Amino acid sequence: MAKYQEGALILSHEMIAPALRKLVLYAPQMATTATAGQFIHLAVGDDSHLLRRPLSIADADSSRKTLTIIYKIAGKGTKQLATRQKGESIDCMGPLGQAFTLQGEHPLLVGGGIGIAPLLLLAKSLCPRPSEVLMGGRSAEDMIWPALFESICEKLHVTTDDGTAGVKGVNVELLPDLLSKGKFDMIYTCGPKPMMAAVAQLAKEFHIPCQVSLEEYMACGIGACLSCTCAKTNGGRAKICTEGPVFWSTEVFD
Amino acid sequence: MSSKLSTVFAGISMKSPVMSASGTFGFGLEYSDFVPLQALGAVVVKGTTLAPRAGNTGHRIAETPSGMLNSVGLENPGVDEVIKHILPQLVPYETPVIVNISASTVEEYGLLANKLSRAPIAALEINISCPNVKQGGMVFGVEEESAAAVVASVKQNTDKPIITKLSPNVTDIASMARAVEQAGTDAISLINTLQGMVIDIHSWRPVLGNVMGGLSGPAVKPVAVRMVYQVAQAVSVPIIGMGGITTADDAVEFFLAGASAVAVGTANFANPRAILDITQGLEDYLSMKGLDHVSQLVGQVKL
Ligand SMILES: Cc1cc2nc3c(=O)[nH]c(=O)nc-3n(C[C@H](O)[C@H](O)[C@H](O)COP(=O)(O)OP(=O)(O)OC[C@H]3O[C@@H](n4cnc5c(N)ncnc54)[C@H](O)[C@@H]3O)c2cc1C
Ligand SMILES: Cc1cc2nc3c(=O)[nH]c(=O)nc-3n(C[C@H](O)[C@H](O)[C@H](O)COP(=O)(O)O)c2cc1C
Ligand code: FES
Repeated sequence: MAKYQEGALILSHEMIAPALRKLVLYAPQMATTATAGQFIHLAVGDDSHLLRRPLSIADADSSRKTLTIIYKIAGKGTKQLATRQKGESIDCMGPLGQAFTLQGEHPLLVGGGIGIAPLLLLAKSLCPRPSEVLMGGRSAEDMIWPALFESICEKLHVTTDDGTAGVKGVNVELLPDLLSKGKFDMIYTCGPKPMMAAVAQLAKEFHIPCQVSLEEYMACGIGACLSCTCAKTNGGRAKICTEGPVFWSTEVFD
Repeated sequence: MSSKLSTVFAGISMKSPVMSASGTFGFGLEYSDFVPLQALGAVVVKGTTLAPRAGNTGHRIAETPSGMLNSVGLENPGVDEVIKHILPQLVPYETPVIVNISASTVEEYGLLANKLSRAPIAALEINISCPNVKQGGMVFGVEEESAAAVVASVKQNTDKPIITKLSPNVTDIASMARAVEQAGTDAISLINTLQGMVIDIHSWRPVLGNVMGGLSGPAVKPVAVRMVYQVAQAVSVPIIGMGGITTADDAVEFFLAGASAVAVGTANFANPRAILDITQGLEDYLSMKGLDHVSQLVGQVKL
């Protein structure tokens, strides 16, 4: 699959929660080829941050030729990115990495925190399959997701650590119950690593195929620098930027 | 590419004196969506060892002011795999390929050179300066006798030109350069990364899994220019200068300091077309200065 470097025009850049931003980019080449699970590697736009930042594609609209990114202001680079304004152009490389495999009749999507972002395009791509989404976050303040998923999934299950939205607790606590109802035949997960490990473990117990989306610090984003590799369960190593970020859970979790 | 840039470096004909720096450009193929590899002076590929290596665990990079640290730890598929499956893929690009080699004993360096001497490559670059492997690696790069022994061992095992890559983590770069020249190296490249460390002030832990790593990028450029200058004064073999080159202007500084060719590393991460942009910029610079050939810059710094 071809990869592009393109100067993407910022069509909108809005605050959707105190630390969350939604960025809509006009990027004709990438928008027409991007699929769920892939990411772009973008230059935040000043010389002091020489490394690009990898961000998942939360939506791709091939007719409008736009990509949507939802990101959390996590440190210096994303803070700098947040200052970029509508009308400016951002240097992006993409679409990068392996996409989710669309399969199953009743998929379950499990997301934690900002890891919910790539599940948006996934849920949309899985339509009209009746997918369900289990999402967890810290508190109601950053639980902006339910409204975004409303029209693209069958059912939502929400947890927050402090109980200000949905069920109080962490999302994986609801998982055994959901899975034992027995109708899911595919699981996708993205979020903090311990959460994905727990999801992978349960998927194995319930004999349901599962895909995970991994993260690591990245320099090149295209498989050249080996900054981002991870151990595979078969003893080998994989580059998260090119062989991932999406893996079958059994490839990377015991 | 114009004849202004065509260069014969250590017997290798190149369209331009601008190449990739080992470890930052994979095997070149990874960049082929962004850069026509034919336009590069040479592709210097990732550090290769005798057996496959898994590299270091934990985070392997950290961004630093105008630079980055890396502690990849020489992850690579091993020389046999490189010869069998990777190098043949580069042949159609008709660009000189230089293989960077690393080992933990003098004999292993010889063995690597021997295995690669029949491969379709233009030259070998001996990495005696990688700071990210506990055994060997930089130990060779900081002791003159062992560096010379490595060069001699490689020399005995190949007819290809050999380029010795020096570590900046030494007190006297000029004597190191003289030692490897005497041992028979055909060229010298420098600098490899400078040892550094970053600590996360929230967790109080080092950011890199390997605790320390190698610093590269614009932050190291003045150190690199100084070392290229010192080595150029000390030896007569040609030099590949590198360390923080991001623009054509940066490259010009290295030529003036005494390098006959340059390599671009970290800048590829910021801009996958960096080598192309630098090559074009160099040509523009020569035209602007009314010069016919890039060699007219080499070592021309006025004191
Ligand atoms: C494939 C992939 C997809 C991602 N998708 C999203 C997304 O859709 N939305 C979102 O908010 N975040 C996403 N992330 C995480 C995001 O890349 C980091 O939060 C961001 O790079 C942090 O940069 P910073 O300068 O603000 O933070 P700093 O901590 O100051 O970053 C310093 C360095 O660490 C790297 N880094 C820090 N945290 C991470 C991390 N978690 N993952 C990768 N690199 C990191 C940065 O790239 C940079 O090199 C994704 C990461 C990957 C690998
Ligand atoms: C991620 C990374 C991996 C590297 N791997 C190697 C290597 O395998 N062998 C080697 O000789 N140098 C390696 N280097 C060093 C570079 O080739 C180069 O000498 C150094 O980064 C300075 O140049 P720069 O500032 O342009 O990056 C590596 C550098 C980086 C950033
Ligand atoms: S980020 Fe360079 S290999 Fe993955």
